[in-house]
Amino acid sequence: MDERPMDVRLAEMRDDPAIDLVLDGSAVGGMLGAIFGSDVTGMPGECASCHTVSLMGTMRVYLRGPGTVIRCPACSQVVLRIAETPRGSMIDLRGIAFVRIEHPS
Amino acid sequence: MAPITWQLGTVGTIRDETPTVRSFTLALPGWSGHRPGQHVDLRLTAEDGYSVERSYSIASEPERSGEVDITVERIDGGEVSPFLHEVVVPGDRLEIRGPIGGYFVWEAALGGPLLLVAGGSGVVPLMAMARHRARSGMSIPARLLFSSRTSDEIIYRDELDQLAAASDGFDVIHTLTREQPLGWTGFTRRIDEAMLADALEPLGSATRAYACGPTALVEVVANGLVRLGLPPDRIRTERFGPTGT
Repeated sequence: MDERPMDVRLAEMRDDPAIDLVLDGSAVGGMLGAIFGSDVTGMPGECASCHTVSLMGTMRVYLRGPGTVIRCPACSQVVLRIAETPRGSMIDLRGIAFVRIEHPS
Repeated sequence: MAPITWQLGTVGTIRDETPTVRSFTLALPGWSGHRPGQHVDLRLTAEDGYSVERSYSIASEPERSGEVDITVERIDGGEVSPFLHEVVVPGDRLEIRGPIGGYFVWEAALGGPLLLVAGGSGVVPLMAMARHRARSGMSIPARLLFSSRTSDEIIYRDELDQLAAASDGFDVIHTLTREQPLGWTGFTRRIDEAMLADALEPLGSATRAYACGPTALVEVVANGLVRLGLPPDRIRTERFGPTGT
C-alpha cells in the first residue's frame, strides 16, 4: 500500500503529450453535458454554416490548443468552441443553429 | 434526463489484462446504470486545485449493478494513465462522472447481427457489448474483428476465447500486426477492406457495426464498410486519437 496522500502522489504526474488527431463528439460528452445540462451526444444539432443536422456524438472534436473545437462532420466548419479557464468557461456558440434536447420516451 | 454530476467511486479489484493494460473495478453507490458502449469521465485534482480529466470506456456489462469496470492502457508520458497504473491502490477514491454517450451504444434489444471492430484498447466498449450480449441469453450473431500488435497484447484474451467457445453465435477474428507466435494461423496485417469483407460476409447486409480504436483504424473501417454496402447509419464509430492517455 502506498500510504502517501493522494495529492502528493498526483503531483508527481504532470506531463502530458499533446493529442492532435480528430475525435468524435462522444469524447467530450461529459463537457457538453455540463454545459447543456444533460447528455447530448445522442441528440441532433444543426450546423449554422451548411445546415446539416448531425448527432452531437458524431461531430468532429479537436482537443489540441487552449480550448476544445467541435466541427461539423459534413462541412468541417466550427460549430462550438469551448475554453476552460480558472475563472470559468467561455463557450462560443456562433457556429451552431440548434441542439435539440429530447426527453426520454 | 438526469444532469451529469461528479460522484466518488471506490477502487476495488485491480486486474492485469496485458503487461500495459489494467482493469479497475469502481464501486459507485449512486450509479444509475449504463448502456454498453458508454464511458465515464475520471477527474484527478491536486491540492493546488490543478485538475485533469480523461474519458474511459466502461468495460463491464450493465447487468452488474453499483459498480463498473474500466480498462486503462498505460501511456508512457501520460498524465492520468501512469497514475492509475502505478499509484492507485484498492480503497482509493476517484471522482467519476457519467455514464456518458447516447450514440456509440448497443443493447440486445437493438438486435443484430453485430460486427465489432477494435484496435488495441478500442476493444473496451465493445467488450461491454459482448458481455451484455452473452448475459442477455439471446443468441444474436456477432463477430469481433480485433487488431492487436502481438499476442501478449491481446486484451481480454482468455475471456474472448471463453465467449467464442460458448458456441452461441459469437466468434472472434484476431489479427496480429507486429509479431506472431509460432504456428499462428490468423491474420498478420492491419485491418483492411478485404479483411472487413471476410468478417462481414456471414453476417449479411443488415449488420450493425461498431468500430473503436485509433483514429486511422476507425477511418479505414468506416469507409471500408460503406464501400462493402453497409448503410452509413448502421456504422457507429468511436475514435480515440493516436493513443488516448
